[in-house]
Amino acid sequence: MEVFDQLLAKNGLIFAFLLVGLLIYFSYAVSKYLFKGRIPGVAIAVLSALVLAFFGGEKGLADYPLFAGLAILGSSMFRDFTVVATAMGAQLSKIKAAGAAGVVALFAGVIVTFYVGAIMAYFMGYTDVKSMATIGAGACTYIVGPVTGSALGVSSDVIAISIAAGVVKTIVATVGTPLLAKYMKLDNAKTALVFGGLIGTTSGVTAGLAATNPKLVPYGAFTATFYTGLGCLLCPSILFITLTWFF
Amino acid sequence: MKIYGVGLLAFCFLVGKLLGLGLGRLINLSNDVGGVGFAMLLLIVLSGYMRKKQWIDEKEITGITFWSAMYIPVIIAMAASLNAKAAYSAGWLAIAAGGLTTLVGFILVPLIAKIGAAPEHIEEDGSI
Repeated sequence: MEVFDQLLAKNGLIFAFLLVGLLIYFSYAVSKYLFKGRIPGVAIAVLSALVLAFFGGEKGLADYPLFAGLAILGSSMFRDFTVVATAMGAQLSKIKAAGAAGVVALFAGVIVTFYVGAIMAYFMGYTDVKSMATIGAGACTYIVGPVTGSALGVSSDVIAISIAAGVVKTIVATVGTPLLAKYMKLDNAKTALVFGGLIGTTSGVTAGLAATNPKLVPYGAFTATFYTGLGCLLCPSILFITLTWFF
Repeated sequence: MKIYGVGLLAFCFLVGKLLGLGLGRLINLSNDVGGVGFAMLLLIVLSGYMRKKQWIDEKEITGITFWSAMYIPVIIAMAASLNAKAAYSAGWLAIAAGGLTTLVGFILVPLIAKIGAAPEHIEEDGSI
């Protein structure tokens, strides 16, 4: 057993390749034989990975030393590197054609999410403006929440809620996108760019689009990458100030 | 050689991230703003130019497409390393705020997609 531990502890990333490969293999089999292809294999794989994450802690399943390699393979470095590589399948003309809609989507995404999140916080007992703003910002992405919260100086439990709201968003976007793709008419580059701008969580957008149609990923990722920055810019400043006018 | 493709991808990635970090600093943020987007633009433009000049061909490109195919496994590993338990145990407010705002975003997608020219729809073979 000791040799086994040493083997996996020293080769975590390689073991993660094997684990993910197996998970994808079984997910595709479940998709093909159990659901007759109605639910995409990728969606089942991502969903099962999320379920497995419940058995872990702060880093999901990667909290166990045995599975620590998953956190390396799933790090933001690898995520961004592989997402950039998908640009080889994207066409510049399509990004340009959707420019205006993409910018509107980015601003609308941050502003609407902030206010809806803040109002929800108000109705659920967090009536001070700073907490409302932090939770609204957390609903944008789990980076915007803590950035806003520390700028406004709220307590750590509110920041924890804002991070959790961002993680919930990632999960809902991952699971919900393939289910609601038809309603959103998410079958072309332009709508994918708008989708990325509105939802904004790079992880959720890319995972959701991958489960819908991998060809859409580069377009959604393109706008989503600007969302967190815009959120960090607007939430603790203009959006917070406008919120103080009402509450 | 495949490594030239991987090298080109790494170059574009790092330059894009640098621009993103620079933009972040400019607006007083410690994180990167749009780095992935800049890197993608650079990769599209640079690889297109180098292909036209015949400095690279399919062999080099496969070094990039390999990493593009690794994207789904990376996303699955990422999903398995999310703090899913905290998202659940932070209670109803986190679930409601995160969930409802995402649904509102979904509702807005077809409305905002109407801005500008009509999109070209997906083709039979799944390509766009």
